[in-house]
Amino acid sequence: MIAALRRPAGALCLTYILVLTVIAVLAPILLPDVAMQQAGDLRITNAPPSSSHPLGTDTLGRDVLDKLLVGTRVTLVGLVIAVSCALAIGVPLGLLAGYTRGGVDRVVGWIADLAFAMPTIIIVFVVLTIFPHNMVAAMITLGLLLSPTLIRVVRSATLVVREELYIDAAKAAGLSAPYILSRHVLPRILGPIIVQASLVCGVALIVQTALAFLELVVPNPQPSWGGMIADGLRVLQTNAWLVIPPGLTVTVTILVFGLLGDVIRDTSSAAWSPAPQLMPKQRGDLGSSARSTEETEGSALLSVRSLAVTLPREGVPVRVLHDVSFSLDEGEVVALVGESGCGKTMTARSIVGLLPSGGEVTHGAVVYRGRDLAALSRKQRHALRGKAIAWVSQEPMVSLTPVFRVGWQIAEGVRRHQGTSRTEAWRRAVDLLGEVGLSDPEAVARRYPHELSGGMAQRVSIARALAGDPDVLIADEPTTALDVTLQAEILALLRRLQEQRGMALLLVTHDWGVVADIADRVVVMYAGEVVERADVDDIFESPCHPYTRGLIASDPHHDPDAERLPFIRGVVPRPEDWPAGCHFSDRCDFSIAACTDRTVPLLHLTDHREARCIRTDIFEEAPA
Amino acid sequence: MGNPIGIIVTRLLGAIPLLLAVTALTFVLIALAPGDVAQAILGPDATPAAYDELREQLGLNLPLHEQYWGWLTGVLHGDVGTSLYNGESVSHAITQRLPVTLSLMVGALIVSLVVGVALGMASAVRRGVFGRAIDMFALIGFAVPSFWLGAQLIVLFAVQLGWLPATGYVPLGLDSGEWAKSLVLPVAALAFGGIAALAKQSRDAFLDALAQPFVSVALANGVSIGSILFRHVLKVASLRITTILGLQALTLLGGTVVVENVFSLPGLGTLASNATSRGDVPMIQGIVLYYAFMVVAVNLLVDIVYAWLNPRVRAA
Repeated sequence: MIAALRRPAGALCLTYILVLTVIAVLAPILLPDVAMQQAGDLRITNAPPSSSHPLGTDTLGRDVLDKLLVGTRVTLVGLVIAVSCALAIGVPLGLLAGYTRGGVDRVVGWIADLAFAMPTIIIVFVVLTIFPHNMVAAMITLGLLLSPTLIRVVRSATLVVREELYIDAAKAAGLSAPYILSRHVLPRILGPIIVQASLVCGVALIVQTALAFLELVVPNPQPSWGGMIADGLRVLQTNAWLVIPPGLTVTVTILVFGLLGDVIRDTSSAAWSPAPQLMPKQRGDLGSSARSTEETEGSALLSVRSLAVTLPREGVPVRVLHDVSFSLDEGEVVALVGESGCGKTMTARSIVGLLPSGGEVTHGAVVYRGRDLAALSRKQRHALRGKAIAWVSQEPMVSLTPVFRVGWQIAEGVRRHQGTSRTEAWRRAVDLLGEVGLSDPEAVARRYPHELSGGMAQRVSIARALAGDPDVLIADEPTTALDVTLQAEILALLRRLQEQRGMALLLVTHDWGVVADIADRVVVMYAGEVVERADVDDIFESPCHPYTRGLIASDPHHDPDAERLPFIRGVVPRPEDWPAGCHFSDRCDFSIAACTDRTVPLLHLTDHREARCIRTDIFEEAPA
Repeated sequence: MGNPIGIIVTRLLGAIPLLLAVTALTFVLIALAPGDVAQAILGPDATPAAYDELREQLGLNLPLHEQYWGWLTGVLHGDVGTSLYNGESVSHAITQRLPVTLSLMVGALIVSLVVGVALGMASAVRRGVFGRAIDMFALIGFAVPSFWLGAQLIVLFAVQLGWLPATGYVPLGLDSGEWAKSLVLPVAALAFGGIAALAKQSRDAFLDALAQPFVSVALANGVSIGSILFRHVLKVASLRITTILGLQALTLLGGTVVVENVFSLPGLGTLASNATSRGDVPMIQGIVLYYAFMVVAVNLLVDIVYAWLNPRVRAA
């Protein structure tokens, strides 16, 4: 509330409401004749705005501004009655339901549902049929009917607060429920209550003016905003001006309540996190990336060359990848290894051009069959996805669209990439499901994602990735979400498919067992950089980078009998906290002053071996 | 909830408490009121004898629950009562006017759905300034009273341009062209708020759907952007939009009352406000019943559409 006041919009809204309240109190006192005025100066009816009548006069020569000011009171009184009533019912019941839960909660919920389903305006009509022109009765009824929205808001806010420790402490201290609710819970949930109350104010104002417009609550000749619109409507054909002042006043006032609610909600709620962008901006200029090629692997199927990527953190671009280079040959299996937060997945996403919102490739290139992917148009690049490079994600259960049959989703890929007919695509989809080792593929094709187990879903995801018959399959930790027996099966499946189809496989993983089983070559990443590249046998035999050594040593597969696993001290630094020079220097047992002097390049050691370390010599005598 | 029929039966059974509560509440309110129907009919000058006789005749001397029971059995036999104002059968008056209200509400609902969801989707994909414009539009849509907007539409399109009739209604059976013309302005006035609300809420539904992993996986596997937006995301978002649409339909139903009065449409809304200002208790009781039925029908439709769209509900 205080924070909202500091915003210009919030301060403006509260000032407006304050002014309106003053008008409501003072106008009928200062203009005592207006309320009962049957007619004004009949010589100047329907006059346009002038100096003596700033908003003109109505059909009976009464001053429009005077009526508007005096009519404020009845409108606001109606509003206050409805809102107080909604608060008086909604807050205690919501607190009670949220705090006690169980039976009370169910009963309150049932009553709220019932009230929620009532035709609000018609129930108010019933009351007005029985108590003609009784605005108080009408607005009390409206407040009752609007209270369920408050009950719900208060209840869910209370549910959150009651889980907190200090509430338990207060209960343990023997404080009574009403005391805890009023002293500890209520102050904490004031924000959502005020937001909802301002919304109720808006709705109450709409209903009050509508009832006044229908001439059901404010008897003639007493002025009200709604009644003035009704007066204007009757002479619309001849005087279109009369409806403008009351209409604008009503609109602005409701707007103020709505805006106030928005401002309070924005200032009291946590930071809003944007969803990833569907169509990320593609970098247009490519000159810079082409010349930065440090590798000359012209024959490679896919190569990532000196890639640097930034992501926005609190609006500032932060570099999350730096100088990432590696390549993938036809039919080859390369594992991208490292701890979480090292940039493996970000690297994989850069290859398919699907960085999170705001992510940008600032240097380097991804080259597929000699073509720089960034040089392609968005359309050309999208055409390669699935057909040239396909993707399997780490969360099989959520990587399929929940509302379509899985066969349809695979067939959609087949149709897209191979341009076949629907029936042919469906047949291909069933074949693919058979190919990924699902028994009874026909039946599986007709299932929805929620009808699959995790292992089945991952097989289906793989089948879908195969729909475009890709040259490269990128599997981003494809077994992490599965249990151990399934992990081996999925891995064996990937290996078999890779061999049968002669497809290249880029496997993102942190599991050295997986690496040993399946990879031909290994790329180790640490803190946004490639720190070592080697053939798989070499890396287990003699890891050159201290990080690789530590990582392999701490892997449970490495020595299942070891009682205590060795580990690397510290944690992977966040991109903002990368040390100067070698990113691993602060966790490395071998680091010397030179390590932090300058950026360490990837150093060529022997054939197919590189490491980003200036101290590789220390390991030469001592194999791991 | 096994199948559609199961859902319908469950919902209808669940609706019984609502219908009973709404109608019983009406009876309690009437009992609490000062004066009674007999007095209202006879006026202040009636003799006590005539008054007592009419009370007897109307069953007003019976205990409240017996009066309610009598009314309820009447309803079950198709007799909703007669108007105090002109002796017209309540159910006849209502069924005659129902098509007007339904045309207005369904028309506004369709316009809100199509325009609102399109705007919401565009805003979810474009973001930026357009996204914030939707927030502002939603606020304005909430703030502009439909009866005032209706007046402005009349000034522009009927008085100044002369394109459309200012007020009145032509039945569909009489002239479908004129029927449509007579509905354009009322539907526009009513739909404005609905469009704004649906634009904002469906934008949020789309943003939620777009943030789900299946979108990036589909994108990474080359599914066309058109299909991702208009099949995958639209269908996932449509689940939430269906729920929103149900709430919006009830808001629009309430809105018809005022809009019908602005455009002098002979619908349920004008009937209700006239009955209210005339103190026509049997008429308003009947109208309450019909509105409660419409609320039940809307909720039922929402449940059916939701189950149809969502394989989890359908198959579970």
